[in-house]
Amino acid sequence: MLTMPPADPMVLSRREEIIAALRQIVPGEGVITTEAERRAYESDGLTAYRQLPMIVVLPSTTEQVSQILRYCQTNNVKVVPRGAGTSLSGGALPLEDGVLLGLGKFNRILEIDLPNRCAVVQPGVTNLGITNAVQHVGFYYAPDPSSQIACSIGGNIAENSGGVHCLKYGLTTNNVLGIEMVLMNGEIVRLGGKAMDAPGYDLLGVMTGSEGLLGVVTEVTVRLLRKTPTARAILLGFPSSEQGGKCVADIIASGIIPGGMEMMDRPAIHAAEAFVHAGYPLDVEALLIVELDGCAPEVDHLIAVVERIAGENGAVTSRVSRNEAERELFWAGRKAAFPAVGRISPDYYCMDGTIPRRALPTVLARMRELSESYGLGVANVFHAGDGNLHPLIMYDANKPGELERTEAFGADILRLCVEVGGVLTGEHGVGVEKRDLMDTMFNEIDLAQQQRLKCAFDPGGLLNPGKVFPQLHRCAELGRVHVHRGQMRFPDLPRF
Amino acid sequence: MAVFRPADARQVGEIIAWAAGEEQPLELLGGGSKRGIGRPMQVEHVLDLSALSGIGDYEPAELVLTAAAATPLAEIEAALAASRQVLSFEPTDWRALLGSEASAQTIGGVLSCNLAGPRRIRSGAARDHFLGFQGVNGRGEIYKSGGRVVKNVTGYDLCKLIAGAYGTLCVLTEISIKVLPKAETSRSLLVLGLDDAAAVRALAEALNSPHEVSGAAHLPAAVARRSAVAAVAGAGAAVTALRIEGPEPSTAYRVENLVNLLSGAGPTDILDEAGSEMLWREVRDAGFFVEPRERAVWRLSVTPSSGPAVAADLAARAEAESYFDWGGGLVWVAISDSPDAGAAAVRMAVATHGGGHALLLRAPESLRAAVDVFEPLAGPLAALSARVKESFDPRRVLNPGRMYAGI
Ligand SMILES: Cc1cc2nc3c(=O)[nH]c(=O)nc-3n(C[C@H](O)[C@H](O)[C@H](O)COP(=O)(O)OP(=O)(O)OC[C@H]3O[C@@H](n4cnc5c(N)ncnc54)[C@H](O)[C@@H]3O)c2cc1C
Repeated sequence: MLTMPPADPMVLSRREEIIAALRQIVPGEGVITTEAERRAYESDGLTAYRQLPMIVVLPSTTEQVSQILRYCQTNNVKVVPRGAGTSLSGGALPLEDGVLLGLGKFNRILEIDLPNRCAVVQPGVTNLGITNAVQHVGFYYAPDPSSQIACSIGGNIAENSGGVHCLKYGLTTNNVLGIEMVLMNGEIVRLGGKAMDAPGYDLLGVMTGSEGLLGVVTEVTVRLLRKTPTARAILLGFPSSEQGGKCVADIIASGIIPGGMEMMDRPAIHAAEAFVHAGYPLDVEALLIVELDGCAPEVDHLIAVVERIAGENGAVTSRVSRNEAERELFWAGRKAAFPAVGRISPDYYCMDGTIPRRALPTVLARMRELSESYGLGVANVFHAGDGNLHPLIMYDANKPGELERTEAFGADILRLCVEVGGVLTGEHGVGVEKRDLMDTMFNEIDLAQQQRLKCAFDPGGLLNPGKVFPQLHRCAELGRVHVHRGQMRFPDLPRF
Repeated sequence: MAVFRPADARQVGEIIAWAAGEEQPLELLGGGSKRGIGRPMQVEHVLDLSALSGIGDYEPAELVLTAAAATPLAEIEAALAASRQVLSFEPTDWRALLGSEASAQTIGGVLSCNLAGPRRIRSGAARDHFLGFQGVNGRGEIYKSGGRVVKNVTGYDLCKLIAGAYGTLCVLTEISIKVLPKAETSRSLLVLGLDDAAAVRALAEALNSPHEVSGAAHLPAAVARRSAVAAVAGAGAAVTALRIEGPEPSTAYRVENLVNLLSGAGPTDILDEAGSEMLWREVRDAGFFVEPRERAVWRLSVTPSSGPAVAADLAARAEAESYFDWGGGLVWVAISDSPDAGAAAVRMAVATHGGGHALLLRAPESLRAAVDVFEPLAGPLAALSARVKESFDPRRVLNPGRMYAGI
């Protein structure tokens, strides 16, 4: 059971006063108070958790964000930032006594600067919105989460989101040049910009992936890439996941970094094929889609190499896309894998761990055992190039106890990822979902250091509390230095 | 004055715990190759980390290498080369420039200074390849962050913060980095005789083309003349260079297309693999500015299209010579005969043309003590940075003052 920081009765009792103050800052319909309207914000993409926020505020300028945060800091009111609300880890889950700060009105593209290959946008612009604004001149924004039609670039920064092309083109963190952000005390800070190196500590780097705990992003400068002239995909089927995994390793060891390299296991293949009829082979244990992009001579050359490697690894299906429509068809099944699983099961729960690729067969075998012992089906889609695994656990929320069993199964899978040398989350974030598993990866000292960094940004702990860290500590307590004066604690140490 | 040489992370922890207790600041030393970068420190003791050396886990197909933090860069690059892999951010080697040829570069130093060479425009900097670490904070506590896999968002990305912190936040003891395949072939296309502005426009045209350029530099005639590459030195004109890497059929095709794209700009020439490697090493290491030693050397990261204006501005204000990398976004400047190493002129030129980051990379110690070595930080950002320092190193015992006073 998830426990969130207890609501502050003082704050709850002052709700009307807080509403009035926020209305002073954001006039008109920007402050949302009725229960019916607040309902729209009660959860994000992790719908198992719901909580009505105390108040929703939708500012439209950086100055308003600054005033809201300063007011909330002064009045000890918690704040939860929210972009498009597609987080799969509950990062934007509201608090009963908190202000939900929606960035939806920050939806403008401010500048497209092609000579410097970058764009300046507001954080509420959708991921795909950036690409749409520049694709007529042959450019795009590289990270492409499957949710790209809906998710916001501000949310992408908070989660350091990835996509199927991130092995070659990087995650959000590798594609953002600068931001403007507001600290909980209302101070406005600019980090980075159009130049590649920024002075001082790389605070932009640490803001990226900070899950809304360090500051509110109000402007973003992203890198734009020129689209490659050609992309072709090859569809490979293998009798075992071992062979598929070995094929992936051999492709990489041969010096090829494909534009995309995705794997699906038998249940995922069957679900996807039944849904979109992409022509996937149904008699294989592992399906691999490898996409090569670049100039035509490069793509032709690499396709031939990949075909050879696949043959050496016992591929029983090997089909190269002959045209754009066929390439898209190959992808259609993979892209629809989540809804396809949603069709064959009343509910599904999407996990997101990363493993060293060599551990794939072990992990899949252990997962099958867990699946049997929990009595719940699981389908796997896998960003094979970077080892990022998305097991989809199938369950029925209407059956009593099944959600709880699903969550326990999911937690076991993530523990397994850590056990084999991997991590709890590759791209969806910790949020509330994996918060209580953080101690499988980090000890108390590791977590205390991370929380001290939080204190540097938000000493009152008011920005998105209850996310990421299993336990909240006061900054004063974390900051205490225990010193042992006058002791020579390392008498044996060599000195020169 | 003591030199401590810990053998493992636990001993590092003990030394730092003592240093914090006694408020005895430490200078962190890997191989010492970059000791001359930054503000001179008022520090009594040296923490020599050279014993923390050796490659741990390295499986080429996983694209990850784990090593003790003071492992020599040369050792890592040799191990990678044996599997035809590289650190694709192209770590720089400024030993000749800084006069530290006798010392070794270590991987921890490369990461702590977040250095990157010409491929930065495609592959990013050291920060973009830094996956995880074990280190010791200024309290003497051993902790870890990140992981040993290429994709991970569990917890804050402290790697980014440590990269470029110049050892002021943490003593790295073990690191994991992302490694990538080495390109099968590489070649360079030269365009001759362009002035700075035309050159940066040509570089932008190439970078904005679909031909995946992995190096984009411009050497004004006087700089090109000093190249060790015959075709560059003998051009008798400014040289604008583009690097193309990939499998042979791809490289050949893209070179041909780029020649067509840029032939209108000026006469072109092509460097083979050996010449290309030599040229990009010079560009990366500021080989053109090693001599004369008296000149101060700056590294300016600016908006790429502003590079030529920054250089022109500086030439008007000081005895300055420049060349360009990163498509104009990195301006290398050598300044002679200036009492402040050209600091006032440089800061002014950068601020006037959209801002950025100017680093005084080479200057005598007395000058580095007198002027800002790193770009000064504005109000709230300076305060935030000081709080970040406090959160890792509350007693300010790790390289204090190396970047900024008080940090
Ligand atoms: C169907 C589906 C597919 C998905 N596929 C992928 C995928 O392929 N790859 C992937 O990485 N993710 C994927 N996701 C997850 C999700 O889309 C991403 O995490 C996305 O970046 C969230 O963006 P958002 O705008 O919806 O943020 P929200 O869900 O609104 O918020 C996410 C977090 O960001 C914070 N936040 C939002 N905006 C700001 C801001 N301006 N300043 C500070 N903090 C802010 C919030 O507090 C919260 O912690 C998927 C989700 C769904 C529903």
